[in-house]
Amino acid sequence: MARTAVRLGPPAAAGGAQPGADPPRGVLGLTRPLVVAGLLCALVALFLLTIAAGSVTIPLDDVVRIVVGGEPARPAWTTIVTDIRLPRAITATLAGAGLGVGGLLMQTLFRNPLADPFILGISAGASLGVALVVLVAGSAGTTLVGGLAVAGNVGVAGAAAAGAAVVTVAVLAVSRRMTSPATVLIIGLMFGYAATAVVSVLVYSGFGRFERIRAFIAWGFGSFGGTTWTQLRVLVPCVLVGLVVAALLTKQLNALLLGDRYAASMGLHVARARTVIVLAASLLAGVVTAFCGPIAFIGVAVPHMARGLLRTSDHRLLVPAVVVVGGIVALTAGLVAQLPGQDATLPLNAVTSLVGAPVVVVILMRLRHASQAVVT
Amino acid sequence: MTAVLEARSLRVGYAGKRGSPTVVLDDLDLSLRAGELTCLLGPNGSGKSTLLRTLAGMQAPLAGSARLLGDDVRRIPALERAQRLAVVLTDQIDTGIMRVADLVALGRYPHTGWGGRLGPADHACVRWALAVTGAAPLAQRNVAELSDGERQRVLIARALAQQPAVIALDEPIAFIDVPRRVELTGLLRHLARECGLAVLLTTHDLDLAIRTADTVWLLEVGTPTRVHVGAPEDLVLQGAVGRAFHSDEVAFDVTRGVFVPRPSAFGSARVVGDGLGARWTARALEREGLVVVGAADHADVTVAVLHDGAEPRWRLISPAGDHDLHSIRDLLDELRGLLPVLTAGSVR
Repeated sequence: MARTAVRLGPPAAAGGAQPGADPPRGVLGLTRPLVVAGLLCALVALFLLTIAAGSVTIPLDDVVRIVVGGEPARPAWTTIVTDIRLPRAITATLAGAGLGVGGLLMQTLFRNPLADPFILGISAGASLGVALVVLVAGSAGTTLVGGLAVAGNVGVAGAAAAGAAVVTVAVLAVSRRMTSPATVLIIGLMFGYAATAVVSVLVYSGFGRFERIRAFIAWGFGSFGGTTWTQLRVLVPCVLVGLVVAALLTKQLNALLLGDRYAASMGLHVARARTVIVLAASLLAGVVTAFCGPIAFIGVAVPHMARGLLRTSDHRLLVPAVVVVGGIVALTAGLVAQLPGQDATLPLNAVTSLVGAPVVVVILMRLRHASQAVVT
Repeated sequence: MTAVLEARSLRVGYAGKRGSPTVVLDDLDLSLRAGELTCLLGPNGSGKSTLLRTLAGMQAPLAGSARLLGDDVRRIPALERAQRLAVVLTDQIDTGIMRVADLVALGRYPHTGWGGRLGPADHACVRWALAVTGAAPLAQRNVAELSDGERQRVLIARALAQQPAVIALDEPIAFIDVPRRVELTGLLRHLARECGLAVLLTTHDLDLAIRTADTVWLLEVGTPTRVHVGAPEDLVLQGAVGRAFHSDEVAFDVTRGVFVPRPSAFGSARVVGDGLGARWTARALEREGLVVVGAADHADVTVAVLHDGAEPRWRLISPAGDHDLHSIRDLLDELRGLLPVLTAGSVR
C-alpha cells in the first residue's frame, strides 16, 4: 500500500504569536528562577557554614580564603579545612544529591510517592555486606574501633557496595519477569527484610567482639565525617556518574509519568529504561550508603520538597532541583548533628528523621490543598 | 478511501503459560480507513480492548498481522510507530503537579531529541492540538483538577500532538456523562474528517455508536465470535446489532434503534394522542412492563393523553372505570394497583 501518511499538524501560519501566559510559579508565588537562585545561595552558605563549624570555629572569611587557596589567619586552620571539613562538606553535599536523585528516580519508576532506593532493599543489602565484613571477617577489626570513623575502612565501603549491588541485581532479575511496579516494590521490601534478618542474626550470635558490634552499630547511625580524600576519589566519580545518567534520562522519566503503557506508546523502550533507572539509583544509593551509612529519609523526602518548592513534576527541572535541595538538606542535617558549641554529636540518622519527617508531613498536607498531586 | 491500518487473518488473544493460548478473536480481516470514525462495538468481555491493543501493536497477535501504513505494526521501530499511531487508554494517569499544556507537550516525545526540548514547531503543534480539541482554555490548569470529560479531551490533544495517522481510543467515553459523550464523539468525528485522521474507538455505548460512527466493527459473541463491518444502519437492517446484544432481558427495537426491556406478562396498553406527550407516555408504559400496541388494536387498558386544559392530563380507561391523572408518575401508580386485577384471569 502506498505510504500516504497523513501528517496532520498545525497550518503553516500557526507558529505566530504565543498567547501571553503567566510564567509558571514556584512556592509562595515566586517565579522559578528566583526560587532556584535562592536555593543555590542557601547551598553555598550551608557549605561554607559546614566548613566553619566544629570543635574549632573558623571565621567565614578565613573559610572562603582557604577554599579559594589563600592564607588564613592561623596556618593550622588550613589543615583542618582541607583534611577534615572540606571532605565532610563535599561528602554531605554529594550524599544528599545522590540519595535525593535516587529517590526521585524510584518514585517516578514505581509511580509511588514512598519509593526510594532503600525501600528496594538496597540499604539492607549494604548493611549485610558491612555486617559480614565487620562482624565475621576479622581482618578489619583492629582499625574499626574508631567509632564513627568506621566507614573509613575501604573494605567496609567495598562490602557495602557489593551488598547493595547483590540486592539490586536480584531485584532487577525479578522485575524483568514482573510487569507490575508495585509487585517489584514489594519484592524489594522482602529482600530487605531477609537481609536485615541475617544482619540481626550476625549481631545477636556475636560473631564479632563487642567493639566490632559497636563499630557496626556506629556505621548504622550514619555520618558524613568518615571520608578522606582517598575515599572521595571513589565517591565523587560514582555519584557524578549517577547524577549525569539521571540528567540524561529526564525525557524518559517525564514520559513514565503517564505510566508504562503510555510511555511505550510514545516510543519509549520501557524495560530498557527501567534497567538503566534502577542501576543508576542503586549506584547512587549503594555508594553513598557505603561511605556514610544507611541514611534514612533524604531519599524519600527531598523529591517531595523539590516538587513543592518548584510546583512541578517536570524532571528537566526536578533533577537539578533535587541535587541542590538534597545538598541543602544533608548539609543542614550534618550541622545539626554536630550540635554546634557542644562536644557531643547526635546520630545523623536521628537528625534526618526527627527534623525531616515533620517537614515532609507539612509539605504533603499543603500540596493536598493545592492539588491532588504527589500522593494518590 | 485509503486504509491506513489493515488486519489480515489476525488471531488475537493471550499466549498461555504452557502452550495453550487463549484465542479471543480469530481470522479477522479488517481495514481502518482514513477520514473516518470507526467504532469497535460489542458487549462487555467480547474482546474489544484486546483487539484494539493488538491493532495498536501493544500486544502480539497469536497469528496473522496488522499493517500500519503498509508495515507490520509489531516490527516498526517504537519511535516511528509513535509517529504513525497514538493511543488514549483506560489507564489511570497520575502525573503529580503538571499543567495541561505540559501533558499535551509529552505527546511530542517521538519528535524531539534526547533532552526532550521543544522547538518552535513543537510549541506550535501543542498549541494547535489544544486549540483543535477545544482544550485551549484548560492549558494552564493542573491535570489533577480536571473533570473526567476534560481529562479525556486533554488526552486526545496529547495523542494529536504525536501527529499520528491513526488514533486508537479504548473506552474513551465510559464514565462520562451523556452530553460530554456526544461532544467527545463529535470532536473525534470532526478530527477524522478535517484532518484525514483514522479514528478507532472501542465502546459499548450502542446508541452513540449508531448515531456517530462512519463504520462500525460489531463483535457478535459466539463460537467463533464474528465481526460484522459496515455502516451502522447496514448492521441494524441486517439484524446484526440485535443478535450481538441479544439477551433474554432486552430486545432491540429496530424501528427506533434502541434496546427496550422485554415486556413481561403484565398486559397491553394503547396510547391515544400524539406529539411528545404520547411518545413519552408509551415509553413509561413499556418501562412498567406493558406491551404498547397500535391505536387500532385491542388492549387491556387505554391511555389518552389530553391537552384540553393548561396542564396535560392522562385519562386511564379500563374495564374498572376511567381515571384522570395529572402526571405520568400518578398514572403508573394507578396502573400498578389496577393491573393485577385486570390480568388475573388472562392466560399468558
